[in-house]
Amino acid sequence: MKTFAILLDRLSYMPSRLGKLELLKNYFRSTPDPDRGYALAALSDAIPVKVPLRRIITELSIDKFDPYLFGLSRDYVGDSAETLALIWPQKETHQTPPPLGEIIATLLPLKTGALASVIGKWMDQCNAVERWALLKFLSGASRVGVSARLAKTALADAFESDIHDIEEMWHGVLPPYLSLFAWLEGKGDKPISSGVPIFKPLMLSNPLEDQLLHSIDISEFAVEWKWDGIRVQFSRAGGVTKLFSRSGDDISTTFPELVTDQNFDGILDGELLVMQNNIVSSFADLQQRLNRKSVTATMLKKFPAHIRLYDALQLDGEDLRELNFDERRVRLESWFEKHQSHHTDLSPILKIKDKAELLNLWSNIREEGIEGLMLKRRATAYLQGRQQGHWYKWKRSPLVADCVLLYAQRGAGKRSSFYSDYTFGAWKDEGGARVLVPVGKAYSGFTDEELRKIDRFVRENTIQKFGPVRSVKPELVFEVAFDAINLSGRHKSGVAMRFPRISRIRWDKPAAEADTLESLLKLVEGREGDNLK
Amino acid sequence: MAGVKNFESWIKPQPEGLFCIPGNFYIDPISPVEHAIVTHAHSDHARPGMDAVLATPQTLDIMKIRLGDGAPQRPHPLKLGDNIKIGDVEVSLSPAGHILGSAQVVINYGGKRAVVSGDYKRSNDATCTPFEVVKCDLFVSEATFGLPIFSFGDATQEIRKLLNSVEMFPERTHQVGVYGLGKCQRVISLLRAANYDKPIWLHGAMRATCEYYSRCGIRLGELKPVSEASSKLRGEIVLGPPSALGDLWSRRFEDPVNCLASGWMQVRGRARQRNIELPMVISDHSDWPELLKTIDETGASDLWVTHGREEALVYEAGKRGINAKALSLVGREEEAE
Repeated sequence: MKTFAILLDRLSYMPSRLGKLELLKNYFRSTPDPDRGYALAALSDAIPVKVPLRRIITELSIDKFDPYLFGLSRDYVGDSAETLALIWPQKETHQTPPPLGEIIATLLPLKTGALASVIGKWMDQCNAVERWALLKFLSGASRVGVSARLAKTALADAFESDIHDIEEMWHGVLPPYLSLFAWLEGKGDKPISSGVPIFKPLMLSNPLEDQLLHSIDISEFAVEWKWDGIRVQFSRAGGVTKLFSRSGDDISTTFPELVTDQNFDGILDGELLVMQNNIVSSFADLQQRLNRKSVTATMLKKFPAHIRLYDALQLDGEDLRELNFDERRVRLESWFEKHQSHHTDLSPILKIKDKAELLNLWSNIREEGIEGLMLKRRATAYLQGRQQGHWYKWKRSPLVADCVLLYAQRGAGKRSSFYSDYTFGAWKDEGGARVLVPVGKAYSGFTDEELRKIDRFVRENTIQKFGPVRSVKPELVFEVAFDAINLSGRHKSGVAMRFPRISRIRWDKPAAEADTLESLLKLVEGREGDNLK
Repeated sequence: MAGVKNFESWIKPQPEGLFCIPGNFYIDPISPVEHAIVTHAHSDHARPGMDAVLATPQTLDIMKIRLGDGAPQRPHPLKLGDNIKIGDVEVSLSPAGHILGSAQVVINYGGKRAVVSGDYKRSNDATCTPFEVVKCDLFVSEATFGLPIFSFGDATQEIRKLLNSVEMFPERTHQVGVYGLGKCQRVISLLRAANYDKPIWLHGAMRATCEYYSRCGIRLGELKPVSEASSKLRGEIVLGPPSALGDLWSRRFEDPVNCLASGWMQVRGRARQRNIELPMVISDHSDWPELLKTIDETGASDLWVTHGREEALVYEAGKRGINAKALSLVGREEEAE
């Protein structure tokens, strides 16, 4: 518990990703089993005991603290677990709280009603940081700025292993991951998982650059639409179906309609979409379904999920990754004939004669749900990770608009002294007067040199300061590039940009000549007039 | 002398500050007045433009340094422990343990005693005279950290944290945000007590007060202005005002570690909001247990709470049978801790 508390405390204040990795690596190397395994479980939301934290906090505080003072304190701190950790009286004689393994072993057989008093005894043995860490540990270490993916990356780095190997094993091993650590340290065989659905690392693509397009032979590639959804892996074994995100997180509970009534054995690769009457909905609709712990019947009906399959990694126990693309495609198609379901279909292979036809197809992409083309080399096996020369993504050209810088906010980490996050606006006619309304935010697309120049502009043209934010004279025009623009009830302007970034800084352009909200609205449907200018 | 038991009949919160009627003076007024007693030289207690000001010699000296032309026209130094008769009241100053020169104002009138404590703390601080409990009938207290979540540990532990970090990241500059008067010198003094003998680098705004502390015999060791540094100060400790940490000033340092020495650092959200990588819980104010202990020890029947989280302190004192109320004085800065 002691070392875990120090780790969690430092992680929560560490601004840089590299710094967090370093802390985690040291912890995994120097901490014995099973504690490090349970720490890993906490960081990847896989703690094997269910602790209803809110109830525990209530039970622990109700008789011990004046409810009025506790309430005032909680309002001030903004987090119940932290409040309890701080308000808990410090015992004069400092004892040592038990290690994580002992905590789990003690709690596992207990009924929910018996948890609070045991946790309370441990709290007495802790200092304030340890009390906070104990409560965080039991609730899955949320809000310390470490994702499951980051924890797995650190694990791979700590033992000079490959993150892909860990991802592949991940869903076949359980906390405290003794076999996994033994293998990482060279003291045991690679853990083999059978009979449970697992995640296998995805094959990723590279952007297709202009010069490349000239040099490649188009007949060596299969061409597909690039669907505007999220990449998923559909995995089924031992009667259980799982849906994994591109980073290997289990997202099955968010999409119950996809993981029930399936009947196959294999690992498939595809795109998760929302589909209505066979038409792909906007990404905004898909976002309504993402990151939800539970799904309502209304949600299921309004935004039905669908998987458009494009590859097979494994079928009926046979690993297909060594086969080339065409061979895998044949397997996928014959599998699909036998396992049609109304929640899945196949991403079609487009018939392209030559480059002229390909270019024509690409430049006319207008439909919602398609964000470009994919080119996949027919002769290549299914390779894990982002390897050069095999799969290419060719996004349709971005939309651009000239917008005016309105607010600038200081960045984090290395950028903490620079105004690097920008809110920009477009002109709107309001009862005859032209006003600027914010239409988006961007913090990338410029060089360090440009950042220094913009930072100077912000400081010299500040109207007002609001903590880390400054409003600036509306004088600087950014050419903003974005992939799409959707109607949005959450934004005052009524629109939300997808992936906005600064494409050029128009020091030369007067703000009055920037684009209007009206012209942005025209881009929401049909994408007419690819370029605003 | 009828009605002295009703404290409001002779000592009264007014828009300018707390006013003592029979003595005709304000305590820590926020706007210029003719007669004032100032508890200590922090800018939210010692405002510019006063005429006659009674305070400890150190407080008056520091006001002169910090306020320049805005310093009191007619300073009246009164040493800790000495008495003076002002109108119908007898006044003395007693140490508050907050910063150098800080004092509690003790007012005796008609057989009753009121103590206006200003800001105070009970924990160790080598840079000022320790707090002394004065028995009284009315105790006027701050409540900056008046919530049961505030319980500060030993400041030397926090200094240890800083030194460990310096050792761990010898290629980075540690920039420590400190309030320029009091906290700055206390942190330096704690570093020296922990045998840190290297020069400590200072933001320009802190130079004059540090020199004054040194003149008063407080050992701060070698201090150097950042403006004279010829390198990026790798591995060095730099002290600056909290507002300078994430701004232009900090760009001259090598991959700086942002540290902040403040009681607010006990709350994680506060540290994260300000991008603090190394929070140091060091406070010049009383924590919750110290506030309650002090109120108990004064034996006061009445408690007035000037500023901070007065709601909780008034409530808790009420539970202990003390007549407590919040004064809600305006003009006290929360961040200037």
